[in-house]
Amino acid sequence: MADIRFIQGNEACALGAIYAGCRFFAGYPITPSSEIAEMLSEELPLVDGAFIQMEDEIAAMAAVIGGSLAGKKSMTATSGPGMSLKLENLGYACITEIPCVIVNVQRGGPSTGLPTSPAQADIMQARWGTHGDHPIIAVCPSSVSEMFTETVRAFNLAEMFRTPVIVLSDEIIGHMREKIVIPEEGEIPIVNRKKPKVSPEEYKPFKGEEDYVPPMAAFGEGYRYHVTGLSHNEEGFPIQSGELVHQMNVRMHNKIYKNLDKILKNEVYMCDDAEVIIFAIGGSARSSKGAIRHLREEGIKAGLFRPLTIWPFPEDELRRVCSKAKNVLVVEMNLGQIVFEVERVLGCTGVRVDGLFDSSGEPFTPLSVANRVKEIIKR
Amino acid sequence: MGVNYHEYLREKMMPHIWCSGCTHGIVTKALIRAIDKAKLDKNKVVVVSGIGCASRMPGYLDFNTLHTTHGRALAFATGVKLANPDLHLIVVSGDGDAVAIGGNHFIHACNRNIDMTLVVLNNNIYGMTGGQRSPTTYEGDISSTSVYGSIGSPVDVVNLALGAGATFVARTTSYHVQQLESYIYSGIVHKGFSVIDAVSACYTAYGRRNKQRYKSSVDMLNYMKNNSVNISAAREKNPDELKGKIIVGIFRDSIEPEYCEEYSKMVNKIKSR
Ligand SMILES: Cc1ncc(C[n+]2csc(CCOP(=O)(O)OP(=O)(O)O)c2C)c(N)n1
Ligand code: SF4
Repeated sequence: MADIRFIQGNEACALGAIYAGCRFFAGYPITPSSEIAEMLSEELPLVDGAFIQMEDEIAAMAAVIGGSLAGKKSMTATSGPGMSLKLENLGYACITEIPCVIVNVQRGGPSTGLPTSPAQADIMQARWGTHGDHPIIAVCPSSVSEMFTETVRAFNLAEMFRTPVIVLSDEIIGHMREKIVIPEEGEIPIVNRKKPKVSPEEYKPFKGEEDYVPPMAAFGEGYRYHVTGLSHNEEGFPIQSGELVHQMNVRMHNKIYKNLDKILKNEVYMCDDAEVIIFAIGGSARSSKGAIRHLREEGIKAGLFRPLTIWPFPEDELRRVCSKAKNVLVVEMNLGQIVFEVERVLGCTGVRVDGLFDSSGEPFTPLSVANRVKEIIKR
Repeated sequence: MGVNYHEYLREKMMPHIWCSGCTHGIVTKALIRAIDKAKLDKNKVVVVSGIGCASRMPGYLDFNTLHTTHGRALAFATGVKLANPDLHLIVVSGDGDAVAIGGNHFIHACNRNIDMTLVVLNNNIYGMTGGQRSPTTYEGDISSTSVYGSIGSPVDVVNLALGAGATFVARTTSYHVQQLESYIYSGIVHKGFSVIDAVSACYTAYGRRNKQRYKSSVDMLNYMKNNSVNISAAREKNPDELKGKIIVGIFRDSIEPEYCEEYSKMVNKIKSR
């Protein structure tokens, strides 16, 4: 019998984590993400996993990295103010290539902002929030089911590419309740990190293989290696040589950007004949889909391009899908962030890019999106 | 038989970055001897540090080593330990690392009583960044950010650890090398969170600026020798007599429920329901 439930997005995220093999969670409570920690505090002990509430988000992110190094798939969850604190050690996870998952259930900002209302204003923070050059993967669920499946995908990508992955959700998706069919065991393939096949003497913990990803031994398995947030060589020891540092940064970049086919995922909805394409993620994509149905009924050829992986940005696919459209409307719950990325990609294609922005903490109504579409195509 | 240090060092990482006269090396050797005495399996030892001169130590040690971000070592170590309680966690920190930027993590690690050992290489200064004042800089002392003398009394690492609930707390100095080894050893075999305040000397960034007390790094060791008072002797003295003294000894050695064990008990209980 299928396991059908009516649950919250945050609960689906927690269940997805367990399904993916998460066995370590460290967090600090914050609305609207706390249900993820609460549920995992209950579920993890039942599967011999560990849960800990840390003293702040800096510590939680640190503990998650430690947990992953000890060999457990690890996760933390937070929202805006907490995400700001995670950034320090998110950068550490990037440079040390530690697989882990960070959930950001976005709320209104800046600062304490609107704790219980949705926003999508951390999109650029997800990409560039931690200092220094670094690649990042961020996935964007748009339903309760996707809170489950995208969390699983986030773990799989983290393990496959030895990298932190952000689940960039929002308060709408985190707190809404929907029907979900829990996938059966084995229904979604689970990826585990590559382990070294060589002896400890030969092991180079930061030497990429053909896919640019180095195999990762867990602490305690006999490999006794060094991990540092300083720029390091393939053995993991600090280096000064500019050339080697550059090489290291380029490999880490390539690890993500030369494996895009395994990372990117988009929903392309009614775009074949579309004259106007809406670009939206998360909660905004739901209102946009509603708008498209209204518009189609009125004979307006509208479609939706919805990236499930927002970082790295789906440049080629966006260009391809929009090649025949006249207009693109970017709908986002902020004052305009991802629109600049869309403009960059579609810049010289002749497609006109407009935005619908709102930072009120109120979700878009399908009607407001439909009206904006009518406005831009009339011009 | 003495310890074979070669067995524990990553000799290809030599020369180390420490200045001549720096006593972080003395603490490192005491730590190696303590680990050797405790007969820990090298593959199961994880040495974690933050950022600073002291925090460079793990890079030279042939264990699983984790050089993290400034102040956060204890939080990383907590994750490692809870995810695999079979590992032996040793954390090394400078004073700035441990009680300034890492103060919050310090308090909560003490309170959690998770089985790990923290060695604070307390040289009363920010060595790595060029000698700025630290929370443990003595009142009136000169640093590059307290050029007219440091204001306020220093943080006492031992009192902080005691107040926050660490179950093994000791202090000694880089001069007292045998005591240092013995306290670190006791900390390692202690079941629970142990803190060893290891007074260290940084002539380059601290001593040199405070010539009224120190003309050389040897003077700094002599200062430790001449001004250390054992805790039992200190109890007989009044506060005025103890001004400027370093009180050494074991301040607490008690057994309290350990975090990982309590967690695992909880798991067993709910699973047998
Ligand atoms: C977040 C952050 N802030 C500041 C620094 C700069 N910094 C590096 S080491 C250090 C102080 C080190 O002093 P201490 O911990 O006492 O160790 P020591 O070098 O004296 O051994 C500082 C402030 C940093 N690396 N990271
Ligand atoms: S600056 Fe001070 S703490 Fe750093 S290595 Fe030199 S003497 Fe040691």
